[in-house]
Amino acid sequence: MTPYLLRHVLKAVVTLWAIVTVTFVATRLSGNPIDTFLGEGLTAEGRQALIDYFQLDRSLWHQYLAYLRGVLSGEFGLSFVDRRPVTTVVAERLWPSGQLLLTSVALTVAVSLPLGVLAAVYRRSWIGSAVMVVAFTGYAVPSFVLAIVMVLTFSYWLNWLPVVGNGTWLHFIMPTIAMSGGLIAALTRFTRNAMLDVLGQDFIRTARAKGLRETQVVLKHGLGNASITVISVIGLQIAGLAAAGSVVVESIFSWPGVGQMLVNAAILRDYPVLQFGVIAVAVAVVSINILTDIAYALADPRIRLARA
Amino acid sequence: MTPNPPILSVKNLRVAFGSVEAVHGLSFDIHRGETLALVGESGSGKSATALSILRLIEREGGRITGGSIRLGGESPAEITELAPAALRAIRGDRIAMVFQEPMTSLNPVMTIGAQLAETLALHRGLRGKVAREAARIALERVRIPEPDRRLDQYPHELSGGLRQRVMIAMALICEPDVLIADEPTTALDVTTQAEILALIAGLQRDLGMAVLFITHDLGVVSEIADRVVVLKDGNLVEEGRKADLFTAPRSDYARELLAATPRLGGGSPAPLRGAETVLELRDVVTTYGGGGFLSRSEPFTAVRGVSLTLGRGETLGLVGESGCGKSSLARTVMRLVDPAAGEIALLGTQVETLNAAALKPHRAKIQMVFQDPYAALNPRMSIRDLVTEPAHLHGMVAPGERDAMARELLERVGLPADAAERYPHQFSGGQRQRICIARALSVRPQIIVADEAVSALDVSNARRVTDLMAKIQREEGVSFLFISHDIAVVERVSHRIAVMYQGEIVEQGETAQVLHAPRHPYTRRLLAAVPRADGAHVTAPMPLPTPQPSDHVPSVEAAAMIPVPGAWQGPLEIGGAA
Repeated sequence: MTPYLLRHVLKAVVTLWAIVTVTFVATRLSGNPIDTFLGEGLTAEGRQALIDYFQLDRSLWHQYLAYLRGVLSGEFGLSFVDRRPVTTVVAERLWPSGQLLLTSVALTVAVSLPLGVLAAVYRRSWIGSAVMVVAFTGYAVPSFVLAIVMVLTFSYWLNWLPVVGNGTWLHFIMPTIAMSGGLIAALTRFTRNAMLDVLGQDFIRTARAKGLRETQVVLKHGLGNASITVISVIGLQIAGLAAAGSVVVESIFSWPGVGQMLVNAAILRDYPVLQFGVIAVAVAVVSINILTDIAYALADPRIRLARA
Repeated sequence: MTPNPPILSVKNLRVAFGSVEAVHGLSFDIHRGETLALVGESGSGKSATALSILRLIEREGGRITGGSIRLGGESPAEITELAPAALRAIRGDRIAMVFQEPMTSLNPVMTIGAQLAETLALHRGLRGKVAREAARIALERVRIPEPDRRLDQYPHELSGGLRQRVMIAMALICEPDVLIADEPTTALDVTTQAEILALIAGLQRDLGMAVLFITHDLGVVSEIADRVVVLKDGNLVEEGRKADLFTAPRSDYARELLAATPRLGGGSPAPLRGAETVLELRDVVTTYGGGGFLSRSEPFTAVRGVSLTLGRGETLGLVGESGCGKSSLARTVMRLVDPAAGEIALLGTQVETLNAAALKPHRAKIQMVFQDPYAALNPRMSIRDLVTEPAHLHGMVAPGERDAMARELLERVGLPADAAERYPHQFSGGQRQRICIARALSVRPQIIVADEAVSALDVSNARRVTDLMAKIQREEGVSFLFISHDIAVVERVSHRIAVMYQGEIVEQGETAQVLHAPRHPYTRRLLAAVPRADGAHVTAPMPLPTPQPSDHVPSVEAAAMIPVPGAWQGPLEIGGAA
């Protein structure tokens, strides 16, 4: 197991370095921050003080090396906007984002696994077709459209649910559904295909020949094997959700998470926040990937034993 | 006939898939302690019948449309009318089943012990330590070494033969009245097959169960059956005692089947004298893997210093068990894999070091036919494009002439010219293998490497394909490297035979000489394991010493230690009439 983990950690470090670099280049390509957000009412001296503080007059190469040095020593700088350490700014945003991600993943798994199994078992009847129609529709609707339709229906017309913030559990309902909608559709389809594949295998016939109930055949022998492939996809999808889905959904619902913060930082050209926010998301994505690989190895004895 | 009442009685059974009827009113009885062989080629309805007895057919897209299946004994039951719960109580308890594919018939994510315990919990209510002990005894019963360790292992850690033993242990764990074995040895090596057949026969004697043994192989029938039912296209064409079938078959189809069944001692082509050498291997070594970044695994040596020659117009049969390196050798000869050492001379040119560009003209001289005719043809290409593709790639045919060439090639392999317009899925396995041969012929090769080319086919189809190869050889002087685990087929087609064991050629020579006076103990062991279609009793071959890790080089000494089974009594004779 150790060389296996070591290899993954090594890959993760290289990935993170590449992300740090790309983020740095991308932010520097998009214009001078001082002119953008401090343009008006700034004296020449104040302006120079800021430039000196952020070393904006040095070469890009110098800025990059200084930045890398900062990253390695855990020093990520101060936010341009509110002059607090970016680590503090991002840290207070992590938990709300994490909460939303967890509820979304929980909802996705709770809905799409049973739906996928149903669609596979009843593939020849109307139940299977109905599940797939819903899944395809869900796949076609972007999360922001779903979010807006929900806001209009449940908040504007019916006035049942709050739109802004994350104060109560009621606040979680719409963002969670908006986050997981597309994912549920994708995972239902995937679970169905994985189950169809497994249910056609010889050992399923063996299980039936033993005299097992059909539910045991499907859930124990079928889902037990299909889960191996499903796990790998769930991992990738969660990673994608953490990176992209949160940006859209958190902005719509003013969710005080990392996604919303990234959007604001990008608009204000708050480089330090943007850079550290992207790194934080990247670390999350890479960790989810490593966890997925470990879960995958644990679920499949063929991999577990080969790598042990 | 056995005097006791039948334990299982099938009457007028009709089975249909959709609107197509696959079994048309089949009747037979099986008694306690008796083995009934259900014989037929693919599509004969034998597997549909087997699956109907447990009503598993309903899960495979079929249904029983008529007739009765009656289970006798203390609590008789009409299986076709049972409610699901009563049916499940019979499955695995009173009637158990063993399937063809040991590699895929066990759940890959459950331990052997858990899979055995599942049946025990279901039918006997055993759990925990008691169940584990019962599972261990079940593994001991099928003579699996180290049963305690096996309980905690996963299927992929076991060989095909051991997995089939686990399947049998699982089927017999509740001591059923009837064991249905659906081609249980077809996917196994000839030596493993002999062991499994002996095991089933022995367990039947101990437990007194009835065995319904489904097979297409008359050699296997002769080893294991008491009575035989021959099926063709869902109809019973002959039923009777085994000895009667082999000595005096009443139906034309049974006679055909017997004639098509290859058997040892059936004669071989006379050796060629003074044929010009077209292919010569000297000390060829093939290794896989090892030495990668962060990889600590040692390279695996599949072929250890093989030297062979092949003459013009000659067929060299290469026999050995799966894993012996014969396919690796074929790939090396084709330069699909690069040899680690040694020389390969193709029509006088050293090809082992040529780069891809320099090798290309030589590739046309040697072509390959693969084992699985279903996987070897691209389903999206028309037959015309498939059979002329090699010629097209070698610039041997103008685009406008591909159609004419395809028709000519198809005619040579005995397929209608209009087949060119069709696609692979419209053909049977035997026809597909003809298409593969036509494809190989398109570049006028001088050598064809046939890697288990007839192993996936029925005996009649296999016969037709080997006859076609012989015809091509007669007419065009093509040389064949014919690779197979089936010695009887190899004997029928080969001028000379080479026997491969653990990556080495342990014996080679003229076919008759190798088969009648084998010098190497492994050859003798291999020969003794071949079922003889003459009704001889089953003898398990002696176990081989466990294969050594890759640092172990010489196998000759190890093989010399193998005891020669008592069943071997010199040259083989065929019993029965062909």
